[in-house]
Amino acid sequence: MIAAVILYFVSKAFKVIEDPRIDEVAEHLPGANCGGCGFAGCRALAEAIVKANTLDGYKCPAGGDMKAIAGVMGLEAAETEPMVAVVRCNGSCENAPAKVKYDSALSCQFATSIYAGESACPFGCLGCGDCVKACKFDAIHIDHITGLPVVDEEKCVGCGACAKTCPRKVIEIRLKGKLGRRVFVSCVNKEKGAAARKNCSAACIGCGKCAKTCPFEAITVENNLAYIDFTKCKSCRKCVAECPTGAIHAVNFPPKKEAPAAPAPAAEKTAPAAETSAPVAENPATPAAEKETLQN
Amino acid sequence: MKTFKIGGIHPEENKLAKANPVELFPIPKQVTVFLTQHLGAPSTPVVQKGDKVKVGQLIGKAEAFICANVHSPVSGTVAKIEPVADFLGYKKDAVVIDVEGDEWAEGIDTSTELKKDITLTKQEIIDRMKACGIVGLGGACFPTHVKYMVPPDKKVDYLLINAAECEPYITVDYRMMLERADEVMVGIEAMLIASGAPVALIGVEANKPDAIAHLTKVAANYKNIQVVELKTKYPQGAEKQLIKALTNRNVPNGKLPIEVGCIVNNIATAFAIYEAVQKNKPIIETFTTVSGKSVKNLKNYRVRIGTCINDILNAVGVPEDTGKIISGGPMMGKAISNLNAVTVKGMSSLLLMTEKESKRGEVYECLRCGKCVHACPMGLEPYMLHAFSELQRYEDCEKYGIMNCIECGSCSFGCPSNRPILDMIRVGKNKTGAMIRARK
Repeated sequence: MIAAVILYFVSKAFKVIEDPRIDEVAEHLPGANCGGCGFAGCRALAEAIVKANTLDGYKCPAGGDMKAIAGVMGLEAAETEPMVAVVRCNGSCENAPAKVKYDSALSCQFATSIYAGESACPFGCLGCGDCVKACKFDAIHIDHITGLPVVDEEKCVGCGACAKTCPRKVIEIRLKGKLGRRVFVSCVNKEKGAAARKNCSAACIGCGKCAKTCPFEAITVENNLAYIDFTKCKSCRKCVAECPTGAIHAVNFPPKKEAPAAPAPAAEKTAPAAETSAPVAENPATPAAEKETLQN
Repeated sequence: MKTFKIGGIHPEENKLAKANPVELFPIPKQVTVFLTQHLGAPSTPVVQKGDKVKVGQLIGKAEAFICANVHSPVSGTVAKIEPVADFLGYKKDAVVIDVEGDEWAEGIDTSTELKKDITLTKQEIIDRMKACGIVGLGGACFPTHVKYMVPPDKKVDYLLINAAECEPYITVDYRMMLERADEVMVGIEAMLIASGAPVALIGVEANKPDAIAHLTKVAANYKNIQVVELKTKYPQGAEKQLIKALTNRNVPNGKLPIEVGCIVNNIATAFAIYEAVQKNKPIIETFTTVSGKSVKNLKNYRVRIGTCINDILNAVGVPEDTGKIISGGPMMGKAISNLNAVTVKGMSSLLLMTEKESKRGEVYECLRCGKCVHACPMGLEPYMLHAFSELQRYEDCEKYGIMNCIECGSCSFGCPSNRPILDMIRVGKNKTGAMIRARK
């Protein structure tokens, strides 16, 4: 009884007064504690927002309702465009055939320390699935036919956990684009063209054709590797047609009218894997034919 | 019999090639010499495309503190200097030389006779080690001259020569003890002068009785050199374990052997130092065992650095059931994923594992049987480190002493669940090391 009385007074005297807005803000956050915002978890972000009393520099990349949070705080929410994880590697089993077999701990971190990769490409995806383990939203999985990770765009929130964990920096967080349509170079190999092609038929060889074609100066070629700046790219897809190795991918575009059956490389992200590996695999043998299909 | 006290395992010895004397491997038509053949910074190339080089001529100069000189292993013309894939498949800068004849650089004594009297002083010996690009040939390839730059407040009590050769299969050190004992002793004398140590102890595992007998006989002529028989137990040749076995001293965590007044070098390094000090000959060759259970043509080769691994394998003939080829011993070596790569300093073995041997068993859950804890020579708890590493709890990794791991593989060796314990510990060690460095 005495203890209860003491406890009652202690609890009154040392009561922690917390801003009720923290709870309200936290309610509008996803609660996955992915850490994509840079804080330890959703509640930590909520506390930081309330404490700073601004939304500048605070943003939930994982689908938190920033508008609703702005409402709670009585602030304006800046419009932001959704981001998505993009796997920039073409090294499927067909494009980059395995020369050796990996038989060790299923960890990209470890694999990268003991060898260049089954295809011998020292830049490409190792396929051990560190990104899969890092994803808190079940949005990335290894496709067992291509051996490459595939991002589920519906689930991906662009938090960047996968990109951060990838030891080869194959995954990039890019603008999702209008209707999910976007164009990117699906390769991170910085070797010279011949060396890159030796290990992977769909590698970027740094020829620079895409950069010359681009009307918006969105493409730069550095260290034998082309990169499309997603803030400048207008998704005209001229570079896709120009690329001799098919390293540039355009995804989620509708098939062109003249050739409805053309298996655009767009299939890469959305269509089942069996279909995806086929068009890319044709590239090395018939680069010209591929170009034609795309221009049709 | 002396040994270290904690942990250790007894893998099958498989010293299959022990009866085969060292043979010279023919000089190849072209060599590729990496500018990084050691621990530390790459050396800077001092030759250009088209230059004529002679055997033993400097081609890569050490400019950083932890770095070693690289010399041409052949005479000929520099064909190109460009990044070439090493045996892991990663590209490193290398000098490619087309071989023409076998003309040695001036000042190198190519005679085979034993030169006993050491005329150089302490500093001259250390300078010679540096000039001749001597690195630790036990496997880590740490630049040797750095070891001998003893801080002024430290004194060297013991020079320890590692001739344990505890890795299964490898027999080059054993052959060296039998064939080159005299040279090795002179090398050790030079190392005694360089280190200022009063005594040198050579630790040899008990499974090489003829080597111990021969070394003891030769060492009788040298009053400061003793041969010590060690218990056959892996990893007897690991630096800290060898110090414990020979001197009963414990190297504190995170410290170097000099902390307890010891310098440790491999017996192959002693031979290289003999050649450097007495013959002015840099490291241009590596002693390599080619072995494996189904290899018929077992060899101990003395091969020029930069020789294509494939050439060596073709010379002995690769058995059809080969599943994996390892550079180094089966415990600590690394699987070769690029057979077009070349030999480097300290490549002590090419091990051809049969397909059956090279397959890993199915991985099961950890049984908490404690075999790995029992085996760990550093007194760590490998199963915990494996778990923390997998969960990316690197703070806990640090607390459980992951940085003390010597990566000997004793934990993985005995695991009844076939867990890749060492593999994950290596990941964790890497990450924890980065975390600690970032903190500073």
